[in-house]
Amino acid sequence: MADTLLDIRNLRIEATAYPPGEAPRDLVIVDDVSLRLDKGRVMGLIGESGAGKSTIGLSAMAYGRGGVRITGGQVLLNGRDILAAGPAGLRALRGREVTYVAQSAAAAFNPARRLMDQVIEATLWHRLAGRAEAEARAIGLFRSLGLPAPETIGNRYPHQVSGGQLQRVMTAMALCPKPDLVIFDEPTTALDVTTQIDVLAAIKTAIRETGVAALYITHDLAVVAQVADEIMVLRHGKMVEAGETGQIITAPRQDYTRALVSVRSIDHAEKPPADEPVLRVEGVTARYPGLPVDVLRNVSVSLDPGHTLAVVGESGSGKSTLARAITGLLPPVAGQMRFAGRTLAPQLAGRTKDDLRELQMIYQMADVAMNPRQTVGTIIGRPLEFYFGLKGAERDARVQDLLDAIEMGKGYADRYPAELSGGQKQRVCIARALAAKPRMIICDEVTSALDPLVADGILRLLLDLQAREGVAYLFITHDLATVRAIADSIAVMHQGRVVRYGTKSEVLAPPFDDYTDLLLSSVPEMRLGWLEGVIASRRMEGAGN
Amino acid sequence: MHPVLKLLTQRIALGLVLMLAASVMIFAGTQILPGDVAQSILGQSATPQSLANLRAELGLNDPAWLRYFRWLGAALQGDLGTALTNKQDIATSMGLRLGNTLFLAFWAALISVPTAILLGLIAVRYQGRWPDKLISGVTLATVSVPEFLLGYIVMFYLAVKFRAFPSVATVYDSMSLGEKLNAIALPVIVLVLVVLGHMMRMTRAAILNVMQSAYVETAELKGLRPFTVIARHAFPNAIAPVVNVVMINLAYLVVGVVVVEVVFVYPGMGQYLVDHVSKRDVPVVQACGLVFAAVYIGLNMLADVISILANPRLRHPK
Repeated sequence: MADTLLDIRNLRIEATAYPPGEAPRDLVIVDDVSLRLDKGRVMGLIGESGAGKSTIGLSAMAYGRGGVRITGGQVLLNGRDILAAGPAGLRALRGREVTYVAQSAAAAFNPARRLMDQVIEATLWHRLAGRAEAEARAIGLFRSLGLPAPETIGNRYPHQVSGGQLQRVMTAMALCPKPDLVIFDEPTTALDVTTQIDVLAAIKTAIRETGVAALYITHDLAVVAQVADEIMVLRHGKMVEAGETGQIITAPRQDYTRALVSVRSIDHAEKPPADEPVLRVEGVTARYPGLPVDVLRNVSVSLDPGHTLAVVGESGSGKSTLARAITGLLPPVAGQMRFAGRTLAPQLAGRTKDDLRELQMIYQMADVAMNPRQTVGTIIGRPLEFYFGLKGAERDARVQDLLDAIEMGKGYADRYPAELSGGQKQRVCIARALAAKPRMIICDEVTSALDPLVADGILRLLLDLQAREGVAYLFITHDLATVRAIADSIAVMHQGRVVRYGTKSEVLAPPFDDYTDLLLSSVPEMRLGWLEGVIASRRMEGAGN
Repeated sequence: MHPVLKLLTQRIALGLVLMLAASVMIFAGTQILPGDVAQSILGQSATPQSLANLRAELGLNDPAWLRYFRWLGAALQGDLGTALTNKQDIATSMGLRLGNTLFLAFWAALISVPTAILLGLIAVRYQGRWPDKLISGVTLATVSVPEFLLGYIVMFYLAVKFRAFPSVATVYDSMSLGEKLNAIALPVIVLVLVVLGHMMRMTRAAILNVMQSAYVETAELKGLRPFTVIARHAFPNAIAPVVNVVMINLAYLVVGVVVVEVVFVYPGMGQYLVDHVSKRDVPVVQACGLVFAAVYIGLNMLADVISILANPRLRHPK
């Protein structure tokens, strides 16, 4: 076909794993994947972590990250096999015909150099334009990507602009040399939901205006549905199915795709209020030592026994600080906290062993919340010894009970955290919290680092455990789909304040305040044209004001 | 106040406090040395009366803190006292020696610093391949050989066998620059070999550390040449550790060259210090200590200042 841009045939990619204490072995990362992308089209590559989607994306630049080797197949770009291009041929191609937008723009920009120098670097290097023309081109891109002060933002250093802006600057950097193909590798995953929608709209506009073809890599089907013409679903390095976007999200053929489409469809009915809350936070104000800003301002919420209070907000809204105040890590400067009928000492040091036991915490990053040199049995057994003095066979039996409760079978007690998957690690952290028989668990973004299907499993487990053990959750998250799935009541936080608070049905029903409206309308929905609809309605409102 | 200015002021103030602390330690150190200055001047045959007279004249009967402040005050005005052994003004005779030492250090630094950084960049470019292994191996060897041995090896081949340079590095004021450079060629070679390895290996390690960053991958994916990626994107982010190790080595070139100066009979600070230590000339030893400390603290302060200025987050706050 004349207008085929990228033609990947039977791609096979391998890497060598070095498991501790074992002989190195080869792993197949991508197995017999073929795809064809026409000029000016956008293909979404979707899958969970480990599906090989980034590896396939980078293979379009013949680049293997971290010792990954392309061991079979062909990658034809504009009809030439780039795997046979050689180092000089690849350098001529990278940054000119194909460019790359990384997940974390904050890490992908050189902190020591100004943005403009980096944005036009590839254009100058490949002699595609002179400095003046390249800068003019960059400024035009800044403008069409909706960046503030497009003429001068290039003079700034990466640390001087926000994460969402940096991601748009990176998109400008990729488009500046006028490539044929751009690889977007999870460009909005690290952003807040309200920022994500702007960046997504900017990327979509830029793709349409420039007519560039793109591979758009993400784990979020709702996001990719907004920008891609066609979608390929990947799992464990193999293709599951591929087709037009509309077909994939409305009529998926494979079970796995169906599971991805219907993820987060947990139905959770709101529980009736109780007489006496387990936790009552009253007028808490907190600030970090040495900083004059209040990170929490007069926050009052309460949580009933066996209920879930979801605390939602963007990064910097103070939701994690609230958790630090409740756990005593950051003593508040004003206000008080009552827990299980008693007043909590503001300082961690002033709390009783029962306070500590009954108030547990689960963290976002399960891997760093466990000692890598302790076995699962030791990790879960530690609170049993510390709080209940259990030892020997008694302790081991209880550890096994807890492992059963988190749906992990026999044999896991002797494993180390490194031998577990991401979801299993988070389950072990849940078991460790449960071991203390707490009245309440603070869950700080416990599913944000996990793939959707795995996160789904964790949420179901948490709900199941709540029904059986009657434990209350203070659930901190930025993900409103998660909130819908599990919350009984919701507190929306913005700039350290609770801007909206009530039962789930109250908070999620109109009329909304401006911030909650923005937050709710920014959550990507899995239907075609959602992005355009939201942007259009926001423009209308903007015009109406 | 601009945050950089504030940080710089703090660093410089800290340097001055350190300098003061060093002067206290130098003074205290020479006080606890056994023996008596008056005794060592007058010799064993001195009468008790003449000893007492000399002590009074030198102010040795005053309390230590008073003598310290008298000494420090004079030193701040450029008066480092008089040498006990030859009654010469220390500032004058040391000035000459210090000039010679700085001359030697300057040329050694001028050659070694750019060479070390360039070799470091090359080693990173060809990491794990033969140029890297060759550079690492040779520099490790030159670091490992004691400098006096290195001095004699260089002397044997370049002065004795090939007669390229003089073996004794004597310089006079009347010599032209070319003659002086010819005279100090051998000690410069030895000093370069001694400091090169350390600086090169630290440069290599600092850049390799940065090479793991995502922005280095970004640069590679722009199609830049590997050496351009290293020099333009990795090196600017490795400046702080490189500057630190460079300054430590520059300080060594001034402070630590005693052995090399003795080997090549070079009339620098090291020789001067060694001569007067052996003669128990306490005021000279104190003065040398003070100058060495000032050089050391000053260069390290300079390293801190450059590291601060190299950090874009500090230079361009939000």
